[in-house]
Parts: sequence; C-alpha cells; structure tokens
Amino acid sequence: MSAGTLVPGITQGADAAGPPDAPRPHRGGRRPPTARRVIGTSAWYVGVILVSVATVLPLVWTLATSFKPGSEILSNYLQLLPDEPTLDNYREVFARTPFARYLVNSFVIAIGGTITNVVLGSMAGYALAKLKFQGRKVAVGLILGSMMVPAVVTMVPTFLILRFFPLVGGNDLTGQGGIGFINSYAAVLIPFAAGPFALFFMRQFFLTLPDELGEAARIDGASEARIFWQIYLPLALPGAAVLGVLTFQAGWNSFLWPLIVLNDPQMMTVQVGLASFINEYETAYGPLMAGTVMATLPVLLIFVYAQRHIIQGFATSGVK
Amino acid sequence: MTVATLGRRSPTRTARTATTRAQARSGWLFVVVPLVLFAVFILLPVLIAFILSFTDYAIIGDTAWVGLENYGRILGDPFFWISLRNTAFYTALYVPLGLVVSLGAALLLNRSVRVARLFRTLFYIPVVSSTVATAAIWFWLLNPQYGLVNAGLGVFGIEGPAWLYDAQWAMIAIVLMSVWAGFGVNMIIFLAGLQGVPVELVEAAKLDGAGPWRVFFHVTLPALSRTMFLVVTLLIISAFQVFDQAYVLTKGGPANSTLTFVYYIYDRGFGRLEMGYAAALSFVLFLIIIGFSVVNARITNAKAVS
Repeated sequence: MSAGTLVPGITQGADAAGPPDAPRPHRGGRRPPTARRVIGTSAWYVGVILVSVATVLPLVWTLATSFKPGSEILSNYLQLLPDEPTLDNYREVFARTPFARYLVNSFVIAIGGTITNVVLGSMAGYALAKLKFQGRKVAVGLILGSMMVPAVVTMVPTFLILRFFPLVGGNDLTGQGGIGFINSYAAVLIPFAAGPFALFFMRQFFLTLPDELGEAARIDGASEARIFWQIYLPLALPGAAVLGVLTFQAGWNSFLWPLIVLNDPQMMTVQVGLASFINEYETAYGPLMAGTVMATLPVLLIFVYAQRHIIQGFATSGVK
Repeated sequence: MTVATLGRRSPTRTARTATTRAQARSGWLFVVVPLVLFAVFILLPVLIAFILSFTDYAIIGDTAWVGLENYGRILGDPFFWISLRNTAFYTALYVPLGLVVSLGAALLLNRSVRVARLFRTLFYIPVVSSTVATAAIWFWLLNPQYGLVNAGLGVFGIEGPAWLYDAQWAMIAIVLMSVWAGFGVNMIIFLAGLQGVPVELVEAAKLDGAGPWRVFFHVTLPALSRTMFLVVTLLIISAFQVFDQAYVLTKGGPANSTLTFVYYIYDRGFGRLEMGYAAALSFVLFLIIIGFSVVNARITNAKAVS
C-alpha cells in the first residue's frame, strides 16, 4: 500500500520538477554554453587526445608491426595495418629462442613474488599498524629507512650471499663448492619475498581501519589470530588485491636482478630474453616487436581489468 | 555501581596484561619473517658492501685490505667522471621534464567530467610496460630511417637525428623514453595532491580578478608544495639509478655517451668482477642520493616557511 503510493509520488515529483528546470539557466553546473566555454572544452579535448595519442600510439604501432611480414616492415613502415597479416614473427620468436621457457620463468617469479608479498606484507603490515608490542616503532623505522637504500648498494653483496649460501646448490657448510641459489627461482624470490613497499603499503591500509573492531573482539575473547583472519583481513582484501597487482607487475617487469642471478638460458625471464634480442638480432624488428607484445600483454591485460583500483591504490600509498 | 567497578577491577587488569602479552607474541610472530629477510638482504648487504669497499675482493683469487685505495682510485678514474657527468646530464633533463609533464597532465585531467577518467587510464598506460619493452618499442620508433618519430618530424620538414646512433642525441632519446614511460605514476600523485587544493581559495582568487596563471602560481602551486617535494625526490632517486634503457639499447655508447653511473657499477662488479671497487662506487652513489635528498628537503622547507 505504502509502496503503491510512494512510487507514483516519486515519478510525479520528477515529472513536476522537469519543466520548471528548463527556464532557469543559472542553476547548478549547467550554464548555457558560451563561446568561451565551447572553445575551452574543445581545447581541452584536443589536449587530452594529443597526449593519449602519444601514450597509446607507440603500443599500437608495436602491435601492428608484430603482424607485418618481413617484406612489409620496412617498405610499408608508415602504414598502420599490414596488407598481409601474419603470425610468422611470433613463430620465429619461439623457433629462435626458448621463449616459452622464458614465459614460464617469468610467470613463476611474478606469481611467487605476488603470493609471498601479499601474505607476508598483510601479516606484517597488520602487526605494524594494529598490534601493540615493544620494538614496533623501531621495526617501522627500519622498513622506511630500508626503502631509501638504493638497490645498487646491496646488489653485489646480495649476489655474494646467495652465491655462498651454506648447504644450498652444491655448497658445503662454509658456502664453497657450488653455486648456491644462483640460477634458481629462489635467487629472485627470496630476497624480495617481503619487500618494504609491501609492508608499508599494507600498513597504510590497516591504519585506515578502526581500532575498535579489534578491541571489541578482544573483550569477547577472540584470539589474536582470529581477529586478524576473520575481522581485519576481510576488510583489507581490496588493499591486498591492489598490492597483488602491483607486485605482479613489478615481478614480471623486473630486469636488473634477474639479469644478474639468472644467466642460464633455461632460467632467463622474458625481460632478460627480450633484452638480448635487441642486441643479437638488431634489424629483425618483426620478431622483436612480437616478443615485446608478448612481454607486455600479461601486465597490460591485468591493468585494463583492474586499472581503477591500481591508480587509486597508488595515489593513496604515494601521498600518505 | 561503584562497588561493581571496584570488584571487577583486578580481573580486568590481569585480563588486560594477558591480551597485551598475546598481542606482543602475535605481533612478533607476524613480523619475524620480513624482519629476518631485511636483516639478511638489506642490512647485512649494506654492511658487507661497506667492508668490501675497503678491499680488492674479486670472487676469485686472494683478497687484500686496501684501505681507502678504492675511493682514491675513483677520483682518478676517467670513466667514473664520464658516468657521473652522463648521469648528471640525464638528471638535469629528466627531473624538470618529468615534473612539468606529470604536473601538466594532472592539471589537464583535474576536471570533474566522466571522460577525464578514461583519459587518465590512457595517460597511465606506458607505466604498465616494462623498461625493456619500452626500450624495444622506442628502438623501433627512433630508427633513423624507418622510425615513426623521424617520419613525424619529416612532416614538419625537420630532418631528425640518428638518435641512439648519435653520441649527442642518444642520452636525450633515453630521457624522452623515460619521461614517456614514467610520467603516469607522478601524474597520479599530483592528481591526488590537487584534491587537497582548497576550492574556496581558488574561487576567492578568481573573484578578486586573478587570471588562470596567477591562480596557478599563487594558489595551486603553493598548496602542492608537499606533493612537489615527494615527486622531485622520487624523480631524483630514480634518475640517479637509470640503467635498464642504457644497458638494453646502447651498451653505454656511442662514445660512452650513455654510460650511466649504475651501468658503470654493474660493469665493474659483474662484468670485470672488481666487486670491491664496485662496492666503493655504490657508496659514492648512495652519498650523492642522500645529499640531493637533504638539499631538496631544505629547499622545500625553506619555501614552505617563506
């Protein structure tokens, strides 16, 4: 009954509000378009479209080149669409290099790093934001401080630590005789298993959640593990998802460290493989562009799927 | 009431100490793995690097303590000075350009229209591709004969340079591709900062007859000073560590024009296995970065006070 009267009432109200709105030009944001305004808006569109062309066109060009047959790449270089599209460039990449293996290696490293960073980052970020314990401030300071240390400083010693790690990769107790973690996934996964960024990012996220939730649960006798697992973690899942996407991207795109610790061709990542491509087949632009497309596609797809959250996540972690 | 509170007092206190202990225990449990990793892969390496920098360690062969010799050698090393000059050149171009482009893009997108979001995504897309992929893409775009860039310049009657094959232009090419690849991140930080610019202040300035430029320089820019500090710091730190593009595209050439500082450290440490010397070089870089960060902080603080 009440619903029956309410619904027409609303429609009526909307109808009634409709006509009187029109003759009132100075209401809200809808001012009549002046010449200045039209020029301003068009100029804005020209500006953003130009920038978009600059950011997107190179990628489109890369994609187009990757489908052009060798004869067209140089002769038809100004033509976007190939006359005779072909997958030859992709076939050549897989024939010339163990690219399938590179893809597997990159996926293992990116996914492995994502899992450890999200799990360890959530746990530690939670503890550093919500649990009171002695030494917490020191731990937070340590993490922030370690973000300032440039990767180059730790590069050589980290390599040595992994190389001479005792009892691994043929090493004896003193770290001699083998190659340690070098040329294994662990050489990339372990040092970056819980990056300072992951801890910092998750801590920032947990700080925005109210303390009262945990305190109430504590009074009710919930264990600390339960408070984390059943109360705070579900609320932090959006943050963890953003962190997951960002770490996947970083892992997939990382270059210098895999270049240093993975030099066996069977262990190379897509990025390292692609880099050697540029040097070895300098003028083979077709296969190079095909490799570039394959090296970019996974992160691009994830980005398109999750872009709104990534950009917002980046903004909040960057400014706070 | 009072009786009840009094009676309950001591059990609450013991309960509280119990939960405090439980909190401390799980707190440490939750952070122990990351802390161990920090100790082994950040603190320990910094310490080892410091010690190595006083030795002639080279993995193979005997190691001797050489004192300050590595640091003395750096001062007389022509390649150190070349790499420092190249990195300074890169920084001098990359930081202002990156700042202007990312702030400009953020100002352009700072509109409450729905399409702004679509363009924000399009602006951000280069960030997603890796430095190696970026390098490969630009390797093709910057081809002197068949590249899109020189074809575009040709439309305006400009004959483009040989870019990566020309010692004068190679580093500029790397700056341009780095700005292209990286401005999206700083643009997002600026966009977030622009949300904090008080609207009333902008409106008041406009009512007082200030034009868009005056509003920008006297209202928007001062309100962004903290964001600006963050972005400049991030730009400087990344500029001093540029490596990937120079390694992938030019191997430091032509004529050492793209030999960057980190590339030189990499080459000494892992190319020639002079790890002691590489460690000393990396500490010099560390000091330079800290120095610039401090100066930047001072300038920003001084501005904020005045």
